[in-house]
Amino acid sequence: MNAIRLIGTDDTPGVVLDKEAGKFELSGRSMPEDVVAFFQPILDWIEDYKDSPNSKTVFDFKLTYFNTASSKLLMDILMMLEEMHEDGHEVLAKWHYPSDDEDMEEAGQEYAEIVEIPFEHIAY
Amino acid sequence: MKPHIATIQGFLDFLFKEYPFLNESEINLVYEGEITHQITKAFTQITEAKLGSLEEAASVQRKVFHVMVECLQNIDKHGDKIEKDDKLPARGLFIVSKCENSYCVITGNIIDNKKVPGLKETLEIINNTDKDTLKKMYKEQIKNGSLSDKGGAGLGFIDIARKTEEKYNFHFIDIDKNVSFFIIKTTILRK
Repeated sequence: MNAIRLIGTDDTPGVVLDKEAGKFELSGRSMPEDVVAFFQPILDWIEDYKDSPNSKTVFDFKLTYFNTASSKLLMDILMMLEEMHEDGHEVLAKWHYPSDDEDMEEAGQEYAEIVEIPFEHIAY
Repeated sequence: MKPHIATIQGFLDFLFKEYPFLNESEINLVYEGEITHQITKAFTQITEAKLGSLEEAASVQRKVFHVMVECLQNIDKHGDKIEKDDKLPARGLFIVSKCENSYCVITGNIIDNKKVPGLKETLEIINNTDKDTLKKMYKEQIKNGSLSDKGGAGLGFIDIARKTEEKYNFHFIDIDKNVSFFIIKTTILRK
């Protein structure tokens, strides 16, 4: 599978989706002009990956800000991880948040309540 | 021609009459014009820098930033025009003011009269819903809702209400048989 690596900008997150390197990460700020156009290739990639994933998938969420339109797309990503988990693959979501950012901490807790996959919450 | 309420003067006249506390507050930003993604980015970043320089608490800075992003994106995606022309960007007004205990973000834009009853109902429901129920509404919408063709998740107003824990104050002012002017005030407590 070809890896996706995108450098973050002031309104789109940094993205790493690399099966060979075993690295899956979203970081930075997410408030794209066209949220669907930005996230669709990411969702498509994970959809393909889901059919033959690595024995363990650790997905790092290191976002500092996301708008509500992006929050829906993050949910879609987490639900695909949940499907992988249900299919018997090992999955771990690591939710990194700034230690003084209660809203970001709570967002991670809520996602963890909605999807049934192992979650780690990491303050930095 | 622009109705008076959609001009800076008309907007401010209305706001100072409706919200007398503005007389004692510091107006950080007033804008009238096109509301596009670039404008949203520019003004949210200006506000972020301004609040940073005032050494406002980080949580307050983040909330003001988020409220502005969501409110301006609402206008960018859903704002209407007096004369229908889909090629032109939506226009709108906003002010950011600072009081002793809070920041206020107030926005104004043209809205198609057909959308008024639905929006009014949504805002009234949110205003009359407690914190725990808002959380349930949010989770239900994020899990089962779908993105609109404009890329909206139907989460913005619920999310702002949850993060600010304050009620919206809003007005729909008649312009003509097709459109109204929608004003909404969001409060972010400084704590």
